[in-house]
Amino acid sequence: MLEPVTYPLDDILARWQPYGRAGLLPCLIDVQERLGWLPPDACVAVGEALHVPLADVYGVVEFYALLYPTPTGEMVLRVCDDVACFARGSADIVATCSRLLGIQPGETTPDRRFTLEVHPCLGQCDRAPAALRGLVPVGNVAASAVETVLLNGEVAPLPQVVGDERSILLRRVGRCAPHDLAAYEADGGFEALQRALQIGAGAVIAEVKASGLFGRGGAAFPTGVKWESAAHQSDRTRYVVCNADESEPGTFKDRVLMEGDPFAIIEGLTIAGYAIGAQKGFIYVRGEYALAFERLQMAITKAREAGYLGEDILGSGFAFDIEVRRGAGAYICGEETALFESIEGKRGMPRQKPPFPTEKGLFGKPTVINNVETLANVPHIVRHGAAWFRRIGSEDAPGPKLFCVSGNVAHPGVYEAPMTTTLRALLEMAGGVADGRAVQAILLGGAAGTFVPLDALDTPLTPSALRSMGATLGSGAVMVFDERVPMLDVLARIGRFFAHESCGKCYPCQLGTQRQWEMVQRWHAAGRVLAEDMPRFGDLAATMRDASICGLGQTASAAIESWIRLYT
Amino acid sequence: MSSITLTIDGQVVRVPAGTTLLQAAERLGIQIPRLCYHPHMTPPTVCRLCVVEWEGARTLVPACVAQVREGAVIHTASERVQRARRTILELLHSAVDLSETPDVARYDAELGVDPQRFVDGVWREAPFYDDNPFYVREYEKCILCWRCVQACGDDMQFTYALTLGGRGFHTRITTFFDAPMPETTCVFCGNCVGVCPTGALKGMDEYLLERGVPMALLREEKQRRKGRLETGR
Ligand SMILES: Cc1cc2nc3c(=O)[nH]c(=O)nc-3n(C[C@H](O)[C@H](O)[C@H](O)COP(=O)(O)O)c2cc1C
Ligand code: SF4
Ligand code: SF4
Ligand code: FES
Repeated sequence: MLEPVTYPLDDILARWQPYGRAGLLPCLIDVQERLGWLPPDACVAVGEALHVPLADVYGVVEFYALLYPTPTGEMVLRVCDDVACFARGSADIVATCSRLLGIQPGETTPDRRFTLEVHPCLGQCDRAPAALRGLVPVGNVAASAVETVLLNGEVAPLPQVVGDERSILLRRVGRCAPHDLAAYEADGGFEALQRALQIGAGAVIAEVKASGLFGRGGAAFPTGVKWESAAHQSDRTRYVVCNADESEPGTFKDRVLMEGDPFAIIEGLTIAGYAIGAQKGFIYVRGEYALAFERLQMAITKAREAGYLGEDILGSGFAFDIEVRRGAGAYICGEETALFESIEGKRGMPRQKPPFPTEKGLFGKPTVINNVETLANVPHIVRHGAAWFRRIGSEDAPGPKLFCVSGNVAHPGVYEAPMTTTLRALLEMAGGVADGRAVQAILLGGAAGTFVPLDALDTPLTPSALRSMGATLGSGAVMVFDERVPMLDVLARIGRFFAHESCGKCYPCQLGTQRQWEMVQRWHAAGRVLAEDMPRFGDLAATMRDASICGLGQTASAAIESWIRLYT
Repeated sequence: MSSITLTIDGQVVRVPAGTTLLQAAERLGIQIPRLCYHPHMTPPTVCRLCVVEWEGARTLVPACVAQVREGAVIHTASERVQRARRTILELLHSAVDLSETPDVARYDAELGVDPQRFVDGVWREAPFYDDNPFYVREYEKCILCWRCVQACGDDMQFTYALTLGGRGFHTRITTFFDAPMPETTCVFCGNCVGVCPTGALKGMDEYLLERGVPMALLREEKQRRKGRLETGR
């Protein structure tokens, strides 16, 4: 039988015990930070303290890629090997790490100093090729510098996105110190919250509805309508959640906002909470975003001290507070219901909808969940009004939008523009294709998005214009591949991404993402899309799209299908 | 209770609100294929074999949980529906031993399933456990219908010895750190064996008889296996 725990974990267990099962994931993360991994006896202690069945504790540990039921090396090197980094040479970085360490990805050196892992998109595509030493980001890694940077940890400061005065969402990013509440206030920060408390919840919802703001997380659902639906539920215990799981390959805008302007997200979420009558908000940040997590926590503490959060916000009688949660390596936890399951201490597997989150969301209560960027728009709308917001963009796509331009452009980064902008304009903003090469392909919307025809560079990026060519904006990722990039390898990586990230709940995706990955690997090896695979690939893609529970399975073939349509 | 009128495969049917499409179809004598659904358990909605076409919906919907709505027009066997069902079964055949899963042979015949369609993909290798005197676990036959986990947990026994492990294609049924059943909270109630539809969980008698152990020697053989377990040999 297992020995009693001999490590000092009491403080961690005591901290999370009051949360019960909802404390499971943060408790496991804290224990692992102390011990380096999650030994069985520590898991027993966690299960007993939080009253979670031991089998369930283990099921959760196995679900999350950043939780380890076996020991790792002292330093885990997580090298991004996903599409945007691949376009900028990540394969060389992985190979060099392998050679210098004498191990394959997934292995640990015999002296146990290093574990090498290839990681799905780290959300650092503006600094590709990127990696994490533990959780410390390293960017623009040159193959020649792998030893000094990755192995010895001589990490240079990372390039940062800097907004400008004319931008709306990015105006403070890189220009105001992220921890400076006074600077945020001096720029009009928390005026929107004050106005919201004055005009009342109904008027806030009406303003957001009138603004035409729709979700920036991918599904483009009208934000005001969502809020209204939650506000009308009979159950008075309600939650608002900020979706900061940002794991769609090629997407890094939410990271830039959280690191550069954390108070704006807190203000947006607090206004959302007030509008729907919620008592509590959660921000769920992907586990790989350590700096964003830290900055949000810091900002929440300062906001609370200043009376913007707490029992009686600005003397209005509104009581509301925010808790930041960390994910642990699972793209699927960005799907809203999987995210709820994760906060509740379960494996992050999506729920069959309906019921929708506004009816039964987090802990079974009415919940509004919004993307980071969506919430960052809210203070501007409440402060300046819907009419002001509608002056930006078009009738069907009002407001500013962040675009993540990555791959083979001169200056990968986050660019703010109205959705009436075009791919050509974004390419120009990003300095054009690097080294004067020709564009080979553009993937819009991330791995779950579609390749767009190169003769559509002047199509506006509004939902209606994109729909007419079978594309969606998704999360706003624009990945550019120049003529040198082996595109079948890109497809194989997209296939791998979905096979790796499928939660395994429903059969079409659990089995289909694996078979799809195998098929694209064969095409990559053969150097062409194999015509004989087309009938079964078509059935596979249609079945995943039509019969999967959630958006992951439903979009897992979209990019590959669009590539076949355009290029074969 | 209010009643709802809808159209299923061209036939109009009137049923109470809250009825599922599966039940409504059954009233018309239409049998919808299913694997994971069990009338006495929480529908896990994982197999997706029961999907039907709901006119106007973006995707197909699972009939086992989708509830009727006034004026809905449903097609339970359109080409789009059959394509999904056929492909799901073809995928399953390529990863799991379905030899003991009931109804599969019939569905295969009805839908024109080609069990070989995806066999060039990797097989889902899974362990065989003979670690207790009461039942064996032959996970290559497991379709991940979740029933055993639910029966061991909230749906029946509240013992929580079983869990899902892994993720994606490599999802599996397991225990705390893969411990043998006697080292878990399992009380050997047999509920999981009772609900397992595939032969992945099998009572020891049935297993031994299948392996040719004569009926007369069953007791002795089980006694021997029990002894082996307790002495750790
Ligand atoms: C597989 C998958 C991953 C997702 N990941 C994210 C994510 O990382 N961030 C996000 O905001 N939305 C993500 N979504 C969309 C959410 O489910 C949800 O629609 C969104 O958080 C709603 O916020 P919005 O209306 O403000 O966009 C994802 C959806 C799916 C299916
Ligand atoms: S579609 Fe994929 S990720 Fe979504 S529930 Fe099904 S298996 Fe899980
Ligand atoms: S062991 Fe049986 S009951 Fe359990 S998931 Fe597998 S097939 Fe279903
Ligand atoms: S029977 Fe409906 S999903 Fe399995």
